[in-house]
Amino acid sequence: MIRAMIEVLSSGPLATVQDLGRPGFAHLGVGRSGAADRGAHRLANRLVGNDESAAAIEITLGGLVVRLGSAATIALTGARCPLSGHRTGGWDAALSCPAGSIIALGTPATGLRSYLAVRGGIATPPVLGSAATDTLSGLGPQVLRAGSRLPVGGLAVADPGDPSGNAQRTLPRASPRLAAGPRADWFTPAALAQLVGACWLVRPDSNRIGIRLAGPVLRRRPGAELSAAELPSEPTLPGAVQVPPDGQPIVLGPDAPVTGGYPVIAVVCSVDLDLLAQLRPGERVSFC
Amino acid sequence: MTVPTVLTVLPYGDRAVLVELTAAGDVLPLRGALLAQAHPAVRAVVPAARTVLVEFDPAGVSAAEVSELIRSCQAMAAGSETGQPVGPDPVVVLDVHYDGPDLASVAELSGLPVTEVIRRHAAAEYTVQFCGFSPGFGYLTGLDPALRLPRLATPRPVVPAGSVAIAGEYTGIYPRSSPGGWRVIGHTDAALFDLDRSPPALLRPGTTVRLRRP
Repeated sequence: MIRAMIEVLSSGPLATVQDLGRPGFAHLGVGRSGAADRGAHRLANRLVGNDESAAAIEITLGGLVVRLGSAATIALTGARCPLSGHRTGGWDAALSCPAGSIIALGTPATGLRSYLAVRGGIATPPVLGSAATDTLSGLGPQVLRAGSRLPVGGLAVADPGDPSGNAQRTLPRASPRLAAGPRADWFTPAALAQLVGACWLVRPDSNRIGIRLAGPVLRRRPGAELSAAELPSEPTLPGAVQVPPDGQPIVLGPDAPVTGGYPVIAVVCSVDLDLLAQLRPGERVSFC
Repeated sequence: MTVPTVLTVLPYGDRAVLVELTAAGDVLPLRGALLAQAHPAVRAVVPAARTVLVEFDPAGVSAAEVSELIRSCQAMAAGSETGQPVGPDPVVVLDVHYDGPDLASVAELSGLPVTEVIRRHAAAEYTVQFCGFSPGFGYLTGLDPALRLPRLATPRPVVPAGSVAIAGEYTGIYPRSSPGGWRVIGHTDAALFDLDRSPPALLRPGTTVRLRRP
């Protein structure tokens, strides 16, 4: 049997295969990885009748061009990109595409990450139970590039179309909420106020490992300065806000290392992690 | 007998708490006791140097309830030296060739002859305290105090897979080629991380490691 294939003609700045990641291996040094905007990823899968955990393509700042080797039902969600070719509209909806269709995405006007799901799921071999590409550890499929060929699986579980009826998913332009971090007491009251009060710039070297922010210097308490060099490695989670000695925070992403030696001042609330995934370099963000 | 003394339970966002312990030796017994509880809403129990991260499903349990669970585990863990919920700790014996590029500088900084550095490093029995840095990279405690040295001032861009290295209180073995700042004193041919094996990591928290000179 010849399996259906998706051929990548152009990857854009970064495109990877992602599912809901590989939780449960942090004690072996393996991070969770998986879709950065899990809500958008799940929606794309629901729209094509897949299980929400099926593998799909995560697209960073558009630019992906793919050719469908055979007729397929696809869905695009997340940051809305101009869709060139013969398709109009087509976001947050199931699209039936004939064999040979070329899906070409432009650059999104807002947001950073888009998801392309195909009915049946991307069928790259799982690694530790997941098809996610971990850009830090190298586990999972390789980063996509022109010429990559992705097999389409047969994992659809329902008819296309979101059965929950809430296909229109609009990310509120809200500020990500912060919950208490374990080392908040290392920092001055002024630093804690600045963390939520400042308008932070998303630096261009941000990626799936971490979002690097630029803004006021978050200063440590005088006592904490002494022990700063001695904080032994601590376990981390995506969403943790680490503060290196330069005082410029890093919000850990899905591919972050599972332990780190910088104090965590706060942690982004789990329901707001998807907001982080859509922050693009050069943009400003504030927390609440 | 190790009696874990919980120093404090720190908040870690809305789905985890970080337990800070008084001593590194308390980390694995507490982890073992928590795993033995098998609470359905506890998703992961991840050890590190002096802390244990307990990740939970906020829909199934509150942070306060998790903190209670942790405190109840103190008593349980008091009866366990191993930190493993079931069965004995695995023991791994690794053949190590002491031919690393930093052997001479380690000898110089420690004030010991090279032969004595090798003898002491190979003679110790190690325990995997936690994993991090990269998949399958274990932080092994048990290093001879005379060999505790700071990391290299400038990390190497490439440390080959299998490199046996030391830094601070730890010994570590690089599972794959990567940048690294630890002092490399030898190498092993053992596969530290193999996806065709279950579990893929040869060294896991609680594993006892003995070194052998072939």
